Amino acid sequence: MIIQHPLLGPRDSSEFVYLGDASLIDRPDWQAENAAETFYDYAYLRDNPAGENRELWFHEGGDRSWLVVTRNTVTHEISKVELACDVARMRGRSK
Amino acid sequence: MRYSGFTVIKEALRGHKGWKPAWRDPEPKQKYDIVIIGGGGHGLATAHYLAKVYGFRNVAVIEKGWIGGGNVGRNTTIIRSNYLLDGNEPFYEFSLKLWEGLEQDLNYNAMVSQRGIINLIHSDAQRDAFTRRGNAMILNGADAELLDAEQVRKEYPFLNFDNARFPIKGGLAQRRGGTVRHDAVAWGYARSADSHGVDIIQNCEVTGFHIENGRCVGVETSRGFIGAGKVGCAVAGNSGRLMGMAGMRLPIESHVLQAFVSEGLKPLLPGVITFGAGHFYVSQSDKGGLVFGGDIDGYNSYAQRGNLPVVEDVCEGGMALMPMIGRARLLRMWGGIMDMSMDGSPIIDRTHIDGLYFNGGWCYGGFKATPASGHCFAHLLAKDEPHPTATAYRFDRFRTGRMIDEKGMGNQPNLH
Repeated sequence: MIIQHPLLGPRDSSEFVYLGDASLIDRPDWQAENAAETFYDYAYLRDNPAGENRELWFHEGGDRSWLVVTRNTVTHEISKVELACDVARMRGRSK
Repeated sequence: MRYSGFTVIKEALRGHKGWKPAWRDPEPKQKYDIVIIGGGGHGLATAHYLAKVYGFRNVAVIEKGWIGGGNVGRNTTIIRSNYLLDGNEPFYEFSLKLWEGLEQDLNYNAMVSQRGIINLIHSDAQRDAFTRRGNAMILNGADAELLDAEQVRKEYPFLNFDNARFPIKGGLAQRRGGTVRHDAVAWGYARSADSHGVDIIQNCEVTGFHIENGRCVGVETSRGFIGAGKVGCAVAGNSGRLMGMAGMRLPIESHVLQAFVSEGLKPLLPGVITFGAGHFYVSQSDKGGLVFGGDIDGYNSYAQRGNLPVVEDVCEGGMALMPMIGRARLLRMWGGIMDMSMDGSPIIDRTHIDGLYFNGGWCYGGFKATPASGHCFAHLLAKDEPHPTATAYRFDRFRTGRMIDEKGMGNQPNLH
């Protein structure tokens, strides 16, 4: 698989480390009343879709940036690649 | 029809005209006591034990394709019970004992071959870890034997013992481990279940669950509604998709694992060996092909094919372990979809929906577990309580912190 890195252009996926679902960006509030429940959900449960999946890839063998890759889990086709920091800011995170 | 040496000779003399199909092809009934979704090894084994051990005859196995077309026909056929943790080892040892009596139980030749498995040791720390593992195995009634380099060399003289980076210092052997003809496992269980009255319904895809007042009363399928007192799901690889129809999210990701077979060679490997410094395991099939595999590809996938970087990685492991493997040509390679769970261990449990039961999360160790998985799932379906060897395989272990993490990797499914 070739990942179109937003800054570096086409890179082989073997340069990357795979973390998992992009929902891991949305870390729950640890001080909330129901923190134990939301962290259980956050840490252990997955949608695991057959089809389009947004996921976190880390460019370990490159510029060490985190990317959000939109990839089809049935065909391995990659349709979109974003910098994870941009996605996190769009979701209201400070960094 | 009972198989025996006598019937083989009799049929040979009669031109093999008397053989009957090994199982029927029935139309689905309106309702069953128990419906099992998934006609793979685990689903068929569940049906066999439900009928034979627990006396349930009004049972159906429904399968979207043909039986044995999924992971039970795609694995590297190894059986063993060399686990460390208390939640696992009694279960896998139970499984190995069931393998030992499987052919008599099924009246089917599954080619169970206890040719032994050796996990190689490459450092002092690894020897300590394997010593501990071997002791844990013995404490749970399994067999284990610690070998030094010379003992390994006697059995496998061609391994790369003096590799500068990963010298072979010994091995942990389990003599009762080995290989089984994987397709025959599915066929043998199917034939036995069928002969006890279980309906095996192929080409029947589940499209939804019928849930009334928090109770599952049947399944919608491509061949119409099928009512059920209880529904058991055993579709590892596609668990997320299936349980999603019941509104459940699972502690599971689906990943692709590749396996490989070389061209046929003369007898070379007496047993199963695993490389302890990378991830590579190899045995030789009775047809002569070297059957080997390694790591999963590492990203979520439902495609039954992998990518080239892992092919290279697996072959590098093979070259480091036994350089002569470089002279053999790769004949076939394929991928299967694994339920990778959050701690690397499986789940056999009720769900929060009454009458709906789940068996999955086998990661890439499901084949060796087939008999015990079927037996324990049948026990759960029949008695509504877990089998004594499978009490740890619960959904709520993630919520309560009772993970069974053999590899110590945490909630990172692609690292187990």
